[in-house]
Amino acid sequence: MKLPATLDEAVAALAAVPAAVPVAGGTDLMASVNAGQLRPAALVGLGRISEIRSWQYLDGHALLGAGLTHARMGRPDFAALIPGLAAAARAAGPPQIRNAGTLGGNIASAAPTGDSLPVLAALEATLIIAGPGGARREVPVSHLLAGMEMLGPGELIGFVRVPLLHAPQVFLKATGRTGPGRATASVGLVLDPARRSVRCAVGAVAPMPLRPLEAEQWVASLIDWENGRALVPEALRGFGEYVAAACIPDPEPAPDGTVSEHPPAVLHLRRTVAALARRALGRALS
Amino acid sequence: MSKDSPAAPIAVVLPEAGAAPHGLGAPVPSAEARAKSEGTFPYASDLWAEGLLWAAVLRSPHPRARIVSIDTAHAREMPGVRAVITHEDVPGRGTYGRSGDRPVFASGEVRHHGEPIAAVAADHPDTARMAAAAITVEYEVGEPVTDPEKTFAAEPLHPDGNVIRHIPLRHGDPDAAGETVVEGLYRIGRQDPAPIGAEAGLAVPRPDGGVELYTASTDPHRDRRLAAACYGLDEDLVKVVVTGVPGATADREDPGFQLPLGLLALRTGCPVKLTATREESFLGHAHRHPTLLRYRHHADAEGKLVKVEAQILLDSGAYADTSSDALAAAVSFACGPYVVPHAFIEGWAVRTNNPPSGHVRGEGALQVCAAYEAQMDKLARKLGLDPAELRMRNVLATGDELPTGQTVTCPAPVAELLTAVREIPLPPLPKDSPETEWLLPGGPEGAGEPGAVRRGVGYGLGMVHMLGAEGTDEVSTATVKVQDGVATVLCAAVETGQGFATLARQIVQEVLGVDEVHVAPVDTDQPPAGPGCRGRHTWVSGGAVERAAKMVRTQLLQPLAHKFGMSTELLQINDGRITSYDGVLSTTVTEALDGKELWATAQCRPHPTEPLDESGQGDAFVGLTFCAIRAVVDVDIELGSVRVVELAVAQDVGRILNPAQLMARIEAGVTQGVGAALTENLRTPRGLVRHPDLTGYALPTALDAPEIRIVKLVEERDVVAPFGAKAVSAVPVVTAPAAIASAVRTATGRPVNRLPIRPQAAVVAGAS
Repeated sequence: MKLPATLDEAVAALAAVPAAVPVAGGTDLMASVNAGQLRPAALVGLGRISEIRSWQYLDGHALLGAGLTHARMGRPDFAALIPGLAAAARAAGPPQIRNAGTLGGNIASAAPTGDSLPVLAALEATLIIAGPGGARREVPVSHLLAGMEMLGPGELIGFVRVPLLHAPQVFLKATGRTGPGRATASVGLVLDPARRSVRCAVGAVAPMPLRPLEAEQWVASLIDWENGRALVPEALRGFGEYVAAACIPDPEPAPDGTVSEHPPAVLHLRRTVAALARRALGRALS
Repeated sequence: MSKDSPAAPIAVVLPEAGAAPHGLGAPVPSAEARAKSEGTFPYASDLWAEGLLWAAVLRSPHPRARIVSIDTAHAREMPGVRAVITHEDVPGRGTYGRSGDRPVFASGEVRHHGEPIAAVAADHPDTARMAAAAITVEYEVGEPVTDPEKTFAAEPLHPDGNVIRHIPLRHGDPDAAGETVVEGLYRIGRQDPAPIGAEAGLAVPRPDGGVELYTASTDPHRDRRLAAACYGLDEDLVKVVVTGVPGATADREDPGFQLPLGLLALRTGCPVKLTATREESFLGHAHRHPTLLRYRHHADAEGKLVKVEAQILLDSGAYADTSSDALAAAVSFACGPYVVPHAFIEGWAVRTNNPPSGHVRGEGALQVCAAYEAQMDKLARKLGLDPAELRMRNVLATGDELPTGQTVTCPAPVAELLTAVREIPLPPLPKDSPETEWLLPGGPEGAGEPGAVRRGVGYGLGMVHMLGAEGTDEVSTATVKVQDGVATVLCAAVETGQGFATLARQIVQEVLGVDEVHVAPVDTDQPPAGPGCRGRHTWVSGGAVERAAKMVRTQLLQPLAHKFGMSTELLQINDGRITSYDGVLSTTVTEALDGKELWATAQCRPHPTEPLDESGQGDAFVGLTFCAIRAVVDVDIELGSVRVVELAVAQDVGRILNPAQLMARIEAGVTQGVGAALTENLRTPRGLVRHPDLTGYALPTALDAPEIRIVKLVEERDVVAPFGAKAVSAVPVVTAPAAIASAVRTATGRPVNRLPIRPQAAVVAGAS
């Protein structure tokens, strides 16, 4: 058994055995294999590809290797660079999972509860996908998560390009417990002072992170960007409600015009999203 | 245990090398602790035999269906498959269970999701699983009855009917009424014992036509009886050997796979092994009874309870299992450790198409505790009294009567327990400690915000009975042997992690004065010791070990006493030396033995109990034990996330036999209670088990477990119990959820009528 040492070797190995499945941290994949739900004909291990296990700077952006583990992303040096992603990485699972699970794996498995996903969506990150013959293409992370673009045969997520915003970023998640757990709802929120924008994505409430674009624009227009990014507290609350209503809209009226209310569990989820969004923005602006 | 709790009365001093503590009352560490923590302890899943085959069980995907046909032809033809068995291949009795209502393999009808239908043995575990999947079963799917309230009117789900047991307890005057009345409706969820080690076992056929089962059984003799009946063999042809038990807070094993294992071994003539997946484990073993409770409490103006009326509905799932016991406990303890002159409690255990419920620590008692304590909170609020003060005005004491008419004869220091948890200072508020040490609801990387966090304090008083109730013959037999100054204990009481093996060593050390004591592995060649539940092994098996050890002591000392013309009472044994009271005689145990082996076997059988009569009256319980817990919680009132900050526990323990183990048991019990209070609920919408894995079923982790402060252990010896010791594991499990719910009630002002507490029940409207 030989493990590929470069991205191109890994791509070649995948191309040679089309039924092979790439495995990085294996925290999702191997659990499915052990449970007998998945029987890959072959595995291509990505653990020895050193080029994707670190990051580099590239004209105002950070180019993050897809093999970065959550544990690595949670450390202070990374947090100084992309605090939102670091917070999401620290909130993901118990230490054993964070030591193994990778950024690329979190994107590729695209679980609705994936903790890094709302932050990547808010950052408007781009994926650099390696293909056969040294090919590289760029895909916005939201396109992949929404299924607008897919990974082709023999393709691998190589890097994630993230803008360096030099402003507060927040990730908050609600789990319903004190110990590590999957998010019932999560919010990634970043400030982009250069573009005077607030970008926010809500995770776990839908199959992919949701961006409440109108709410973002509305609140960004109320922030006094020149004056310490001040915002009236009522606007914070309004933002929370706006985000929640955008992500969990009111039920459609029935054909006969009657409007039914959401069941209590959905209403609670909506309140949770509102509180998370409000708290996230509050923390980012404080 | 708190690192710095000055109020803790007991300091556990771990032994230093060379000065191993021994005897009763010493904090002897468990003999297996080291191997377990290092991962070298052999569990059932580590078993191996030359040429073994692997088994897989096909389980029903439907909660209710008629089986039209089972076609095993494809599975049989698969290469590597050695046997495929269904209900037609059971040579003996095709059913098992307390009332014999549960089929080994479903025939004709399936009554719950996960019911075994067929089993396969093959030369590889994957082959076995694929072959099981290749069995074609044609079902005529029926509408499952999953609401226990609807089962009364539903057509019978089983030939035995839908009502498994009904107890209409009547005690006192039905027309009695109080000035203040509070009512409530409460729902308790389905907690799963979720043992960390899933079920596993190995069956080895014997040349004489018999079979040996190696499993992590907690009651090997019962399992042998079931297996022999199922295989159509004499009991002496079936042997159950107990392997390492990876966690048991309930009836550990699922006969639904144990029985097929032996059938497959007998059929193929080869050893057969099965290791259940986590999913199978959740589908196979019994859960805590989901319960619906309706209460009405009457009290006078001073807050003294006058009357309690209640209706209790236990969802037993598809089969009866131990539901009858759970119902007896629920009805008998429906009023809690309070004096209630008039009680009218109607209880039912009913059949549904949900997964079967069975014995889980504190069965019946946990559910009613959550409900009666919620009622006490409601009453206190209505009367404008402090909740702890209201409880104090009503507490039970020795000599009072239970609603079953049984007089409490054992120590019942409930008032003392409640006072102990009331008086202990409260833990500091987050604002009084450095920000870096905050652990807010939602966890260290959660969304908790100090401004939205409210603190609440609540109380719970719980009680459970010890040993089997209602006339169960509780008996255990133990043998003690001494040779060359080394003692051996043979007793079929299974060490499940509850510490029996350590306790047995301590007892023999105490009585015989020898240091080296071995506890032999358990199998059915030894006389029966019964199941390991309701603290029975400390009581009956510990009692049997003590008697046997005393008999050996007499045998050892009699010749010496005779020789020196004194009675054996004047001789004592310490550290392997026998000395007389005046110090004239001094010899060693080894010398006194003179190469002989001494054996003695003894039994312990507590005084008999009687079944509850048609109005729920009778002396049904051998002993009772009590616990008081004060819970302190922090609630994020916008998100509804709850963190239990501290649980202060005071417990009635009779006598401390091993402080280290005792406190570990209380901490484990409390933590299981935290799970029942906040996260543990196996969801079964429309009878289908959802998320049967440890991600979907959230067990408490170290972060969820609160600071557990054991503030008082009341040692009032129970004269009828050997050593005066009471069972300690179950009562904290029962009490903790009620205390936590009470604290969440104070923090939020919400009623909190449901366990586990859902976040939406802990949200305060308009908090943001």
